[in-house]
Amino acid sequence: MKSFFRGQIIVVGNNIDTDQIYPGHFLALTDPKEIASHCLAGVDETIAENFPKNGLVVAGKNFGCGSSREHAPIALINMGASAIIADSFARIFYRNSINLGMPLIVCKGISQRVADGQNLSVDIKTGTVTIEETGEIMHGENLSNQAMKILEAGGIKPLMKARMAKLRVQPIDSKN
Amino acid sequence: MHAIEKILAKNSGRKEVHAGEIVTAKVDFAEINDLYLQTVYSFYEMGGEKVWDNERCAFVFDHYAPTPDIKSAQNHKEMREFAKKNYLKYHFDTNCGVCHQVMPEAGLAYPGMILVATDSHTTTHGAFGAFGTGVGATDMASILLTGELWFRVPEVIEVRLDGTTSQGVYPKDVILTVLGKLKADGAVYKAIDFTGSYVDQLNVAGRMTICNMAVEMGAKTAYMQPNQDVLDYVNARAVRPFEVQYSDPDFEYEESHQFDVSIIGPTLSCPDSVDNVATLSDVVSQGDVEVDQGYVGSCTGGRTEDIAEAARILKGHRIPKYKKLIVVPASAEVMEECMEKGYMKDLILAGATIATPGCGACLGAHQGILAAGEVCISSTNRNFPGRMGSTEAKIYLASPATVAASILAGKITDPREVVEVGQ
Repeated sequence: MKSFFRGQIIVVGNNIDTDQIYPGHFLALTDPKEIASHCLAGVDETIAENFPKNGLVVAGKNFGCGSSREHAPIALINMGASAIIADSFARIFYRNSINLGMPLIVCKGISQRVADGQNLSVDIKTGTVTIEETGEIMHGENLSNQAMKILEAGGIKPLMKARMAKLRVQPIDSKN
Repeated sequence: MHAIEKILAKNSGRKEVHAGEIVTAKVDFAEINDLYLQTVYSFYEMGGEKVWDNERCAFVFDHYAPTPDIKSAQNHKEMREFAKKNYLKYHFDTNCGVCHQVMPEAGLAYPGMILVATDSHTTTHGAFGAFGTGVGATDMASILLTGELWFRVPEVIEVRLDGTTSQGVYPKDVILTVLGKLKADGAVYKAIDFTGSYVDQLNVAGRMTICNMAVEMGAKTAYMQPNQDVLDYVNARAVRPFEVQYSDPDFEYEESHQFDVSIIGPTLSCPDSVDNVATLSDVVSQGDVEVDQGYVGSCTGGRTEDIAEAARILKGHRIPKYKKLIVVPASAEVMEECMEKGYMKDLILAGATIATPGCGACLGAHQGILAAGEVCISSTNRNFPGRMGSTEAKIYLASPATVAASILAGKITDPREVVEVGQ
């Protein structure tokens, strides 16, 4: 698992809900690339097309609140966001993102310390966040063991796939 | 233990569970709404062939009921094919209504169960003493494969509601008041147990209105100890035997918030955040707030009791020229009941546009979308920028009575000023 990320950031505010991350009138779309083209359209429609390569998203508190739509992390991942660092996250968005293999770092106060266009280095194993322009080092929370286990497997899909394959093998074994 | 912990313990085969523990629990019913074709894709990506139990999962087509465009029609078609292929016992197509209303009506929400759905407002089922929680598409696909899901046992916050509301004040005013105090992140990852004398006497519809909006404070789930109204409702409908859970008397809440509902008046959630709460009197004292559209509907504000209040206020009147009122019954059963009682006719004669039971414009999909600059007063549960259409539209959340009184006057209006209202 990649545990170190470095990239240019975009910064969004507090209580950015999943309608702002992915507006309701695009919900019927299923192609990840198409979904990504509308990422954060409820905040600013130009974010997706201008998102920096290997970029990171920094947010205020309660990022991803509201609807449980998985389109939100699908949009962020396929827009190219390699991780999200926020003062705090909403629960369903947190689960959805980890399930899809996208690291989320809770780093209280981060949104007040950075500006659009700056660069951050993030070590998800230690929770260390470095603001490159100022040299300031902040300490985010460590991910839970459960979240790390899922991220290390590359998301919940590879984990479940392995489990299902094992289940299918078992009945044959028992006959032998 | 709290009743919620007892439910999690029972379904994970443990004697006890405590806040912070990770448990893997059996899911009693899994429900997928029509925004989540990704669930089917994730299911196959993870190597799925057949669902774990064809009597314990169902689709509800509510967000696109009926389909507004070719893409959503295609999504429905693929989900129908999945349902057929798996011989799912229950299926709720576009003729049923909003999932959180349809589940209890069909007897699939009952005390002591774990109900997981691909919708954040699954907290609604706390109204029945169930553990209801929302997940995304891929978590749901894991449930369809295995029948279980991992949960972090939540801390429980008590929201104690005592007293009796005054005339013209409804469960929506109560929950908006709570939201204004606890704020949009006041219960993230936690459970909210609504207690107190107000909850003890509250009917099923009012309980659902309140538990529905627990998620607007970030809650993982909500709970209310079932009362006789709830037991009468589920005894008549539940498809399986159930066991009501009770919290131990020595259970300690992580925090407790007290409210005296008798001092609550008509309340609004103002643009653009659910926790931007103010009393209606404070808002109108700053000057008139003109509204272009009223909206009565959704999983928090579209039940018979809600539509009845709107009809009571609008009966014999006509909304002004150039104003719109959209009424979306939460389910076909609700619509039928409202037709029998004459509410639909009263509303149609008052100038309302009636839309098919379902989620409608609540999430900006169709049936009453807002243009830039328009102001809507709505009995729904969210007013984020762009929620019902343009990001430049403004949404006020209020009780159905306030919605009706406001659209009739063309500006935000205290329902108690329009006609004498009953409870």
